[in-house]
Amino acid sequence: MALFTTLDDLAQQVADEALIVLPPDYSNVPVAAVMALIRRGVKDLHLLFAPIGGIAGDLLIGAGCVKTLEAAAITMGEAGLAPRFSEAVQTNTIAMLDSTCPAIHTALQASEKGVPFMPLRGLIGSDVLKNRADWQVIVDPFDKNDGPIVLLPAIQPDIALIHAPLADRDGNVWIGKRRELMTMAHAAKTTFVTVEEIQDDNLLENDLTAAGTLPDMYVGAIAEAEKGCWPLGLAGRYPADTAAIMDYVEQASSQVGFEEWLKIYGAPR
Amino acid sequence: MNYNQDEFLICTIASLLETSRHVAVGMASPFPGSAALLVREETKNQIDGLRLSMIGGDANNPFTDGGRELFDCSGQGRIDTFFLGGVQIDGQANINLVGTGDYPKTDRRFPGSFGSAYMYFVVPKVILFRPEHTRRVFVPEVDFISAPGTSEDGVYRPGGPHALVTELCLMMFNRERKRFQLTSVHPGHTVEEIQDNTGFDFDIPETVPETLGPTDQRLRLLRTQISPEIAKTYPEFVARVFETTV
Repeated sequence: MALFTTLDDLAQQVADEALIVLPPDYSNVPVAAVMALIRRGVKDLHLLFAPIGGIAGDLLIGAGCVKTLEAAAITMGEAGLAPRFSEAVQTNTIAMLDSTCPAIHTALQASEKGVPFMPLRGLIGSDVLKNRADWQVIVDPFDKNDGPIVLLPAIQPDIALIHAPLADRDGNVWIGKRRELMTMAHAAKTTFVTVEEIQDDNLLENDLTAAGTLPDMYVGAIAEAEKGCWPLGLAGRYPADTAAIMDYVEQASSQVGFEEWLKIYGAPR
Repeated sequence: MNYNQDEFLICTIASLLETSRHVAVGMASPFPGSAALLVREETKNQIDGLRLSMIGGDANNPFTDGGRELFDCSGQGRIDTFFLGGVQIDGQANINLVGTGDYPKTDRRFPGSFGSAYMYFVVPKVILFRPEHTRRVFVPEVDFISAPGTSEDGVYRPGGPHALVTELCLMMFNRERKRFQLTSVHPGHTVEEIQDNTGFDFDIPETVPETLGPTDQRLRLLRTQISPEIAKTYPEFVARVFETTV
C-alpha cells in the first residue's frame, strides 16, 4: 500500500545518486516535487527524461542536483532554449547521454518486461549511436539479410516521479491517456506521485477510470500538491502559465538570475 | 490576394503533401501542422484523404498509448510523411539538432536529437523544413549527425529525406545521387542568391521555375478554417501569422 505523505517528506525519500525518470512537458510533470527535491538538496542524480525534458530538468541542473542526464532533448518549447541545461553542457559540468525518443521508450519497455535489452530500428550511422558506449549493434540473428540492428539495454529507474490529477485512498492513481506515465511506473522500482486531489471512491471499481489508472502495486508514495505542474499545465485542469515560463527563461539566462528566481518560486507553497 | 511569407511557406509545404496518406507532425511544428491541416481539409471528402496525427498538444492528437505510439506506428509503416529540421543541414541531408562545435563540449548547445535518429529511417517521406537559409545552417558537413541523410546498402531504411523547404527555395533530395536538386526559387529570389547562401553543392537544372504562390481558394481556407484549428495547438503562432492578414 502506498504511503500517504507530504511533499517535502516525499522528497526526503529520494536518495542522492538515484536514477529518477521524469515525464515530458506535455505529460503531468511534477514541478512542485522537483522544487521539493531542490529544497532537500538532493545530489548527483542520474536524471532520465521519457523522452524529453523542459523546465523540471533545467531547474534540477541549475540547482546542482544532477550528475548525469539522459534525454532525447531538453527544450522550453516556444519559450526557447533551456538556459541552465545549455550552459551545463557547454561547460561540461554534467555528463550528457544524448538519446533519441524511441530509444528511451524502448529501454523502459524492456524493463517493463523484465528482459535485459531490446532492439530498435534506425540510429545506424548517427553520432547519437557513436557516442553511446552502452549500446550495441548486432546482425539480426533471425534474418542475416535484415542487416545491422541496435540493441539497447533495459533502463530500470529507481524512482518514477510523476504528477496526476487524482488518486484514491487505496493508492491507485488516475493518469488517463498519458500512458507514458504507465510505462515509466511499470519500468521503475517504485513510483512517487503528487496529486491535485485524493478521492474516496476506488478508481479501479469504475470502468470509465480503471483503464487509465496506475494500480497501487506500482506506487510507493503519494503527496498532495495543488497546481503541482505549475508553471506547466495539467490537461483538463489548468493551462501552462506561458508568461511565467518566458520569465523563467529570461531570468535563468544567468546563474545569479536563476538563483533569484528559485528563491521566490522554489519556496514551499 | 496578397499573402505574407509565413502563409507562403505553409502553402509550399502543403503542395508536397498532396499524395500523402498519413502525415505525422512532431513537437514545435506549427508550419507543417498548418500545411497538413490545410490538405486534410481539402481532401476530406476523398476516401483516401489525408490522415493527420499531431503530437504537439491534445488537438488533432489521436494517440492513446503514450509517447511511444507515434514511433511504434512509424516503425510499422503506418505513417508515410513526417517533418524534421536542423540547427545544421548538409548536402548529404545529414541533420544536426544537438549543437555546433566539438561534441560533447559544444560551442552552442541546442535541445537534442528528439526522434530524428529513428523517424528519418522509417518514415518514407521526410520533409526538411528550415526557414533560415544561410551558410550558418546549410553547411558543408554537420558538426554532429543526429540522423544521417543516407545509409550504406544493407541498412534497413525504408525512410529518408524527400524535400527541403526554406525561405528562399524548394529543393528535392535525390537518394541515388545523395544530393539535393534545386526545384524552384521563391518569388523575389534568385539562383545566385541561393548558391551564395548555401554551404554545400547541389544540382541546378538548366531552367529553374519560380515556386507557385498559394491560390486564393487555399489562402481563404487557411485564414478562415485552418487558423482556428492550428490555434488549438499553437495559439501564439496564429496570433503572429494571421494578425496582419485577416
